[in-house]
Amino acid sequence: MLLIDCPFCGKRPEVEFHCGGEAHIARPADPAQVDDAIWAEHLFVRKNPRGLHAERWRHLHGCGQWFNALRDTYTDRFVETYKAGEQPKHPLTETRA
Amino acid sequence: MLESRFLARRVGALDTAARAVSPSSGVEVRALGPATRLSFRVRLGDAQPKLAGLDLAINRMVGTGERWCARLGPDEWLTGAPEADNELIQGEIEQALEGCFHSLVDVSHRDVGFEISGAAAAQALNAGCPLDLGDAAFPAGSAARTLLGKVEIVLLRPSDAPVYRVDCWRSFAAYVHGFLVEAADSTVAV
Ligand SMILES: [Zn+2]
Repeated sequence: MLLIDCPFCGKRPEVEFHCGGEAHIARPADPAQVDDAIWAEHLFVRKNPRGLHAERWRHLHGCGQWFNALRDTYTDRFVETYKAGEQPKHPLTETRA
Repeated sequence: MLESRFLARRVGALDTAARAVSPSSGVEVRALGPATRLSFRVRLGDAQPKLAGLDLAINRMVGTGERWCARLGPDEWLTGAPEADNELIQGEIEQALEGCFHSLVDVSHRDVGFEISGAAAAQALNAGCPLDLGDAAFPAGSAARTLLGKVEIVLLRPSDAPVYRVDCWRSFAAYVHGFLVEAADSTVAV
Protein backbone atom coordinates (compact mmCIF):
# COMPACT_ATOMS: atom_id res chain seq x y z
CA MET A 1 0.00 0.00 0.00
CA LEU A 2 1.25 3.47 -0.87
CA LEU A 3 1.80 5.64 2.20
CA ILE A 4 1.49 9.42 1.99
CA ASP A 5 3.25 11.56 4.57
CA CYS A 6 0.59 14.01 5.80
CA PRO A 7 2.37 17.09 7.26
CA PHE A 8 0.02 16.83 10.27
CA CYS A 9 -0.54 13.09 10.83
CA GLY A 10 2.58 11.42 9.40
CA LYS A 11 2.53 8.44 7.07
CA ARG A 12 -0.98 7.25 6.33
CA PRO A 13 -2.54 4.95 3.72
CA GLU A 14 -3.27 6.40 0.29
CA VAL A 15 -7.01 5.56 0.43
CA GLU A 16 -7.49 8.23 3.11
CA PHE A 17 -6.36 10.95 0.68
CA HIS A 18 -7.87 12.86 -2.20
CA CYS A 19 -5.87 14.61 -4.92
CA GLY A 20 -6.83 18.20 -5.73
CA GLY A 21 -4.83 18.77 -8.92
CA GLU A 22 -1.86 20.98 -9.60
CA ALA A 23 -0.61 23.21 -6.77
CA HIS A 24 0.64 26.81 -6.73
CA ILE A 25 -1.83 28.14 -9.28
CA ALA A 26 -2.46 31.79 -8.47
CA ARG A 27 -5.86 33.19 -9.34
CA PRO A 28 -5.55 36.52 -11.16
CA ALA A 29 -6.00 39.20 -8.51
CA ASP A 30 -8.62 41.01 -10.55
CA PRO A 31 -10.33 38.61 -13.00
CA ALA A 32 -12.15 41.50 -14.69
CA GLN A 33 -8.82 42.96 -15.81
CA VAL A 34 -7.57 39.87 -17.70
CA ASP A 35 -8.67 38.84 -21.19
CA ASP A 36 -10.42 35.57 -22.01
CA ALA A 37 -7.21 33.84 -23.08
CA ILE A 38 -5.47 34.49 -19.75
CA TRP A 39 -8.58 33.55 -17.78
CA ALA A 40 -8.99 30.34 -19.79
CA GLU A 41 -5.33 29.57 -19.19
CA HIS A 42 -5.84 30.05 -15.45
CA LEU A 43 -8.90 27.81 -15.40
CA PHE A 44 -7.94 25.00 -17.72
CA VAL A 45 -4.27 24.85 -18.70
CA ARG A 46 -2.11 22.64 -16.49
CA LYS A 47 1.51 21.50 -16.73
CA ASN A 48 0.90 17.74 -16.81
CA PRO A 49 4.63 16.90 -16.68
CA ARG A 50 6.26 13.51 -16.98
CA GLY A 51 8.27 13.69 -13.78
CA LEU A 52 8.05 15.89 -10.70
CA HIS A 53 4.69 17.56 -10.20
CA ALA A 54 3.53 19.84 -7.39
CA GLU A 55 0.03 18.81 -6.36
CA ARG A 56 -2.60 19.71 -3.81
CA TRP A 57 -3.75 16.83 -1.66
CA ARG A 58 -6.31 16.59 1.10
CA HIS A 59 -6.21 14.15 4.01
CA LEU A 60 -9.93 13.66 3.49
CA HIS A 61 -10.56 10.64 5.75
CA GLY A 62 -8.10 11.85 8.39
CA CYS A 63 -7.29 15.31 9.69
CA GLY A 64 -9.19 16.91 6.80
CA GLN A 65 -6.39 19.35 5.96
CA TRP A 66 -5.20 20.43 2.53
CA PHE A 67 -1.46 20.29 1.88
CA ASN A 68 0.95 20.14 -1.05
CA ALA A 69 3.02 17.26 -2.35
CA LEU A 70 5.74 16.72 -4.90
CA ARG A 71 5.00 13.53 -6.77
CA ASP A 72 6.83 11.93 -9.65
CA THR A 73 4.12 11.22 -12.21
CA TYR A 74 6.34 8.57 -13.83
CA THR A 75 7.11 6.47 -10.73
CA ASP A 76 4.16 7.62 -8.53
CA ARG A 77 6.77 8.25 -5.83
CA PHE A 78 6.07 11.05 -3.35
CA VAL A 79 9.27 13.03 -3.05
CA GLU A 80 8.07 15.54 -0.46
CA THR A 81 4.97 16.84 1.28
CA TYR A 82 4.62 20.32 2.78
CA LYS A 83 1.96 22.56 4.24
CA ALA A 84 -0.24 24.81 2.14
CA GLY A 85 1.36 28.21 1.70
CA GLU A 86 4.90 26.78 1.80
CA GLN A 87 7.29 26.09 -1.05
CA PRO A 88 8.93 22.70 -1.71
CA LYS A 89 12.55 22.19 -0.66
CA HIS A 90 13.23 20.00 -3.66
CA PRO A 91 13.82 21.80 -6.99
CA LEU A 92 11.01 21.27 -9.47
CA THR A 93 13.30 21.19 -12.49
CA GLU A 94 13.68 17.43 -12.86
CA THR A 95 11.61 16.25 -15.79
CA ARG A 96 11.98 13.05 -17.71
CA ALA A 97 12.55 12.68 -21.42
CA MET B 1 -22.40 -22.34 -14.31
CA LEU B 2 -20.65 -21.59 -11.06
CA GLU B 3 -22.05 -23.85 -8.38
CA SER B 4 -21.80 -21.09 -5.80
CA ARG B 5 -24.57 -22.44 -3.64
CA PHE B 6 -22.26 -25.30 -2.68
CA LEU B 7 -19.29 -23.03 -2.00
CA ALA B 8 -20.66 -19.96 -0.30
CA ARG B 9 -22.29 -19.66 3.09
CA ARG B 10 -25.17 -17.26 2.61
CA VAL B 11 -25.87 -14.58 5.20
CA GLY B 12 -29.20 -12.79 4.90
CA ALA B 13 -29.01 -9.10 4.13
CA LEU B 14 -30.27 -8.08 7.56
CA ASP B 15 -29.01 -11.01 9.61
CA THR B 16 -25.93 -9.33 11.04
CA ALA B 17 -27.97 -6.88 13.08
CA ALA B 18 -29.20 -9.72 15.27
CA ARG B 19 -26.20 -11.98 14.89
CA ALA B 20 -23.59 -12.36 17.57
CA VAL B 21 -19.95 -13.12 16.97
CA SER B 22 -19.09 -16.74 17.56
CA PRO B 23 -17.21 -17.02 20.88
CA SER B 24 -14.36 -19.01 19.32
CA SER B 25 -13.09 -15.89 17.53
CA GLY B 26 -12.11 -14.27 20.84
CA VAL B 27 -13.45 -10.93 19.58
CA GLU B 28 -16.49 -9.18 20.98
CA VAL B 29 -18.45 -6.48 19.14
CA ARG B 30 -20.75 -4.37 21.26
CA ALA B 31 -22.99 -1.51 20.15
CA LEU B 32 -22.72 1.40 22.56
CA GLY B 33 -25.76 3.31 23.72
CA PRO B 34 -26.67 6.97 23.27
CA ALA B 35 -23.98 9.38 24.39
CA THR B 36 -22.97 13.01 24.22
CA ARG B 37 -20.56 13.87 21.42
CA LEU B 38 -19.32 17.37 20.78
CA SER B 39 -17.19 18.49 17.88
CA PHE B 40 -15.24 21.68 18.36
CA ARG B 41 -12.81 23.52 16.18
CA VAL B 42 -10.48 26.29 17.23
CA ARG B 43 -7.26 27.64 15.77
CA LEU B 44 -5.10 27.95 18.85
CA GLY B 45 -2.36 30.33 17.70
CA ASP B 46 -0.92 32.07 20.74
CA ALA B 47 -4.00 31.57 22.89
CA GLN B 48 -3.67 28.84 25.52
CA PRO B 49 -7.20 28.15 26.77
CA LYS B 50 -7.39 25.79 29.71
CA LEU B 51 -9.39 22.74 28.68
CA ALA B 52 -8.65 19.04 29.10
CA GLY B 53 -7.58 17.55 25.77
CA LEU B 54 -6.72 20.84 24.09
CA ASP B 55 -2.97 20.28 24.49
CA LEU B 56 -3.08 16.78 22.99
CA ALA B 57 -0.90 16.00 19.98
CA ILE B 58 -2.78 15.37 16.72
CA ASN B 59 -4.27 11.85 16.59
CA ARG B 60 -4.07 11.40 20.37
CA MET B 61 -6.83 11.02 22.95
CA VAL B 62 -7.37 11.06 26.72
CA GLY B 63 -10.02 9.48 28.88
CA THR B 64 -11.64 6.13 29.28
CA GLY B 65 -15.14 4.78 29.10
CA GLU B 66 -17.77 7.35 28.31
CA ARG B 67 -15.68 10.45 28.99
CA TRP B 68 -12.98 11.05 26.39
CA CYS B 69 -11.50 13.70 24.16
CA ALA B 70 -9.62 13.15 20.91
CA ARG B 71 -7.68 15.56 18.72
CA LEU B 72 -8.45 14.67 15.11
CA GLY B 73 -6.58 17.46 13.34
CA PRO B 74 -4.61 20.64 13.92
CA ASP B 75 -7.81 22.57 14.70
CA GLU B 76 -10.38 19.86 15.41
CA TRP B 77 -11.40 17.91 18.51
CA LEU B 78 -14.15 15.38 19.23
CA THR B 79 -15.21 14.73 22.78
CA GLY B 80 -17.53 12.14 24.30
CA ALA B 81 -19.43 12.09 27.57
CA PRO B 82 -22.42 10.41 29.22
CA GLU B 83 -25.70 11.44 27.61
CA ALA B 84 -26.86 13.36 30.69
CA ASP B 85 -23.73 15.55 30.79
CA ASN B 86 -24.36 17.23 27.43
CA GLU B 87 -25.08 20.75 28.68
CA LEU B 88 -22.46 20.52 31.40
CA ILE B 89 -19.67 19.67 28.95
CA GLN B 90 -20.90 22.21 26.39
CA GLY B 91 -20.79 24.85 29.10
CA GLU B 92 -17.25 23.88 30.11
CA ILE B 93 -15.99 24.11 26.52
CA GLU B 94 -17.77 27.40 25.85
CA GLN B 95 -16.32 28.88 28.99
CA ALA B 96 -12.77 27.71 28.23
CA LEU B 97 -12.87 28.94 24.62
CA GLU B 98 -14.48 32.27 25.38
CA GLY B 99 -12.65 34.97 23.46
CA CYS B 100 -11.15 32.47 20.97
CA PHE B 101 -12.87 32.24 17.60
CA HIS B 102 -14.27 28.70 17.62
CA SER B 103 -17.13 26.44 16.62
CA LEU B 104 -18.84 23.98 18.94
CA VAL B 105 -21.39 21.56 17.50
CA ASP B 106 -23.46 18.93 19.27
CA VAL B 107 -23.10 15.81 17.09
CA SER B 108 -24.47 13.35 19.66
CA HIS B 109 -27.14 12.03 17.32
CA ARG B 110 -24.93 12.00 14.24
CA ASP B 111 -22.74 9.12 15.41
CA VAL B 112 -23.14 5.56 16.62
CA GLY B 113 -20.42 3.97 18.71
CA PHE B 114 -19.16 0.40 18.86
CA GLU B 115 -16.68 -1.31 21.12
CA ILE B 116 -14.61 -4.08 19.65
CA SER B 117 -12.46 -6.02 22.07
CA GLY B 118 -10.44 -9.18 22.45
CA ALA B 119 -6.92 -10.35 21.66
CA ALA B 120 -7.60 -10.35 17.92
CA ALA B 121 -9.63 -7.12 17.85
CA ALA B 122 -6.98 -5.26 15.82
CA GLN B 123 -6.84 -8.13 13.36
CA ALA B 124 -10.62 -7.94 12.92
CA LEU B 125 -10.52 -4.15 12.44
CA ASN B 126 -7.79 -4.55 9.86
CA ALA B 127 -10.24 -6.48 7.70
CA GLY B 128 -11.43 -3.04 6.64
CA CYS B 129 -9.18 -0.45 8.27
CA PRO B 130 -5.93 0.34 6.45
CA LEU B 131 -4.09 1.75 9.49
CA ASP B 132 -1.21 -0.08 11.14
CA LEU B 133 -2.84 -1.07 14.44
CA GLY B 134 0.27 -2.69 15.92
CA ASP B 135 1.23 -1.58 19.43
CA ALA B 136 4.16 0.48 18.11
CA ALA B 137 2.16 2.38 15.48
CA PHE B 138 -1.18 2.66 17.32
CA PRO B 139 -0.41 2.54 21.06
CA ALA B 140 -2.68 3.37 23.99
CA GLY B 141 -4.02 6.91 23.64
CA SER B 142 -4.16 6.80 19.83
CA ALA B 143 -7.10 8.26 17.93
CA ALA B 144 -7.70 8.72 14.23
CA ARG B 145 -10.32 9.46 11.71
CA THR B 146 -9.87 6.77 9.09
CA LEU B 147 -11.81 4.25 7.00
CA LEU B 148 -13.50 0.94 7.70
CA GLY B 149 -14.46 -0.72 4.46
CA LYS B 150 -16.34 1.93 2.52
CA VAL B 151 -17.13 4.32 5.35
CA GLU B 152 -15.35 6.90 7.42
CA ILE B 153 -14.93 6.11 11.12
CA VAL B 154 -13.23 7.55 14.16
CA LEU B 155 -11.09 4.90 15.82
CA LEU B 156 -9.99 5.25 19.44
CA ARG B 157 -7.70 3.12 21.55
CA PRO B 158 -8.05 4.41 25.11
CA SER B 159 -5.69 1.98 26.89
CA ASP B 160 -3.10 -0.76 26.46
CA ALA B 161 -5.91 -3.31 26.49
CA PRO B 162 -7.04 -4.58 23.06
CA VAL B 163 -10.25 -2.58 23.31
CA TYR B 164 -11.11 -0.19 20.49
CA ARG B 165 -13.94 2.25 20.03
CA VAL B 166 -15.37 2.81 16.56
CA ASP B 167 -17.66 5.76 15.90
CA CYS B 168 -19.42 6.10 12.57
CA TRP B 169 -22.24 8.14 11.13
CA ARG B 170 -25.69 6.92 12.09
CA SER B 171 -26.76 5.98 8.57
CA PHE B 172 -23.65 3.80 8.22
CA ALA B 173 -24.18 2.00 11.54
CA ALA B 174 -25.86 -1.12 10.13
CA TYR B 175 -23.06 -1.49 7.60
CA VAL B 176 -20.32 -0.96 10.19
CA HIS B 177 -21.93 -3.37 12.64
CA GLY B 178 -22.31 -6.03 9.97
CA PHE B 179 -18.76 -5.46 8.82
CA LEU B 180 -17.34 -5.78 12.33
CA VAL B 181 -19.36 -8.90 13.14
CA GLU B 182 -18.37 -10.50 9.86
CA ALA B 183 -14.72 -9.57 10.35
CA ALA B 184 -14.69 -10.75 13.96
CA ASP B 185 -16.28 -14.03 12.97
CA SER B 186 -13.60 -14.61 10.36
CA THR B 187 -10.83 -13.94 12.85
CA VAL B 188 -8.90 -16.73 14.46
CA ALA B 189 -8.13 -16.27 18.16
CA VAL B 190 -4.44 -15.66 18.83
ZN1 LIG C 1 -3.57 14.32 8.15
